[in-house]
Amino acid sequence: MVTRRNVLAKIFKSAASLAVALPLAQVLNPKKAHAQTVEKSKSVRWGFLIDTEKCVGCGMCVKACKLENEVPFEANVSRTWVERYVLTKDGVVHADSPKAARDGFTDAKIDQGEMPPLTIKDDDINKAFFVPKLCNQCENPPCVQVCPVGATYQTPDGIALVDRSWCIGCGYCIMACPYGARFFHPKYHVADKCTFCYHRISKGLKPACVMACPFGARQIGNLKDPNDPVTIAINTERVTVLKEEFGTKPQAYYLHMSKEVK
Amino acid sequence: MHFLKPVWVFLGVVALVLVVRSFIVPKGFGIHEKGYMYSWHNIHNIDWWKNFKVNYQGKESCKDCHEDEYTKHAASKHMNIECEDCHGPSMEHPDDPNGKLPIDKSRALCSRCHTKFPYLQSGRSKIKGYADLANHEPGDACVKCHNPHNPNLEDM
Repeated sequence: MVTRRNVLAKIFKSAASLAVALPLAQVLNPKKAHAQTVEKSKSVRWGFLIDTEKCVGCGMCVKACKLENEVPFEANVSRTWVERYVLTKDGVVHADSPKAARDGFTDAKIDQGEMPPLTIKDDDINKAFFVPKLCNQCENPPCVQVCPVGATYQTPDGIALVDRSWCIGCGYCIMACPYGARFFHPKYHVADKCTFCYHRISKGLKPACVMACPFGARQIGNLKDPNDPVTIAINTERVTVLKEEFGTKPQAYYLHMSKEVK
Repeated sequence: MHFLKPVWVFLGVVALVLVVRSFIVPKGFGIHEKGYMYSWHNIHNIDWWKNFKVNYQGKESCKDCHEDEYTKHAASKHMNIECEDCHGPSMEHPDDPNGKLPIDKSRALCSRCHTKFPYLQSGRSKIKGYADLANHEPGDACVKCHNPHNPNLEDM
C-alpha cells in the first residue's frame, strides 16, 4: 500500500544508502581515490617564459641567481646563463657566454675562452641577440631517469631537485641533460642545478633571476592555471622550446627565438 | 638433513641485509607521486629545498625605511631596476640595519646595459643613454655625475 509514510521512508533510505555507497566505492577503488588526492596537490605546474628580444645581456639574472642560491661567485659554474648569438653575413654563428654572463656583456668581441676574443665588424652582422638559459624543468627529465641512487627527482609541481645528502657525485645526470643545465657544485661536490628558486616560488616570491631582470625578459607561471599571464602567453603567442626532438618535454618556453639557437 | 644448511645460511644473509638496510635507508625514502622513474627519492628533501635561505628580499622590503629614495627611483627611468641589483642582496639587512650593504658604484655595473652594441634583434639596441665608455671621463665612477636613482640629464 502506498502511503505518505512509506514513500518518505523509501526516499530517506535510498538517500542514506547512496551517501554511504559513494565514499565506499572510492575506498574500494583506491586508484581513483588516490588520483583525487594527488590531483589536489598537483594543481601547480611551474613553467618559464623567456623573451629573447627583451633580453639586453646585462647578466643581472646570473648575478642574482649566484648570490641567492649560494653558487660560488668566482667559480665558472652557474645555474643560469646568458648566451650571445652574433650571426654574420658569411653564414657563421658566433656564440659566447663569458663567465656565464655573470658580469654582463660589456665587450663587442666574441669571447669563447679557447681562442683570443674575436672582433666582428658592425657591417658584417646579419642578426645578433641574447638568449637566457636555465633548467627547462622537463616533463620527462632524462637527468632524473639516469640517477642510480634516487638522489634526483621530480616534485609534484614539476621541478627537478637534487638531494645533496644522497647524491654520490657520479655525474650521470650531468651527462644526461641535453641542455647542459647541470654541473658539479664546487663546495658540496654533488650535482647542482636550477630549481626555479624552489624556496622562493613555494613562498609566493618570484625566482631571483625573474626579480632581478629589469626588462621583463624572464617570467614564471603556473601552467595549470589558465588565467596565469604566462600560461596565456604560451597558449596564444608563437613560442618554441629548445631541442624538442629529444622528447624531454621542456617547460621553458621562448618567444622571438631563432633556429640557430641550440 | 645437512643439505638444508646452505638454505639457512642464505636466509640468514637475506635477513641480515634487510636489517642493515632498514638502518641505512632514511625514513621517507621510496616511490612518490611521479612514479618509480621520476620520483624515487626521500620525500623530506622537498622540505629541505623549500626551507633554503631567501637572500633577495625585493624592493618592497626597502620601501618602509628608505621611502625617499624608493619614491624617487620609482618615478625615474630606472624604475624597473631592483634596488638589490646594485645594492646587493639585502639578506638580514632589514632586521639589522647596522650591517651596511656594499653598493656597487663601478663603471662595469652601468656598462652592463649602457655599452652600445649594434644588435638590432635585441632590446640592447633600444636602450637610451649610450656613452663612448672608453673615452667619456675614463677612470671616474658614473655615479660621480649621474644619479642612478634619477638618471635624467636635465636634472643633473
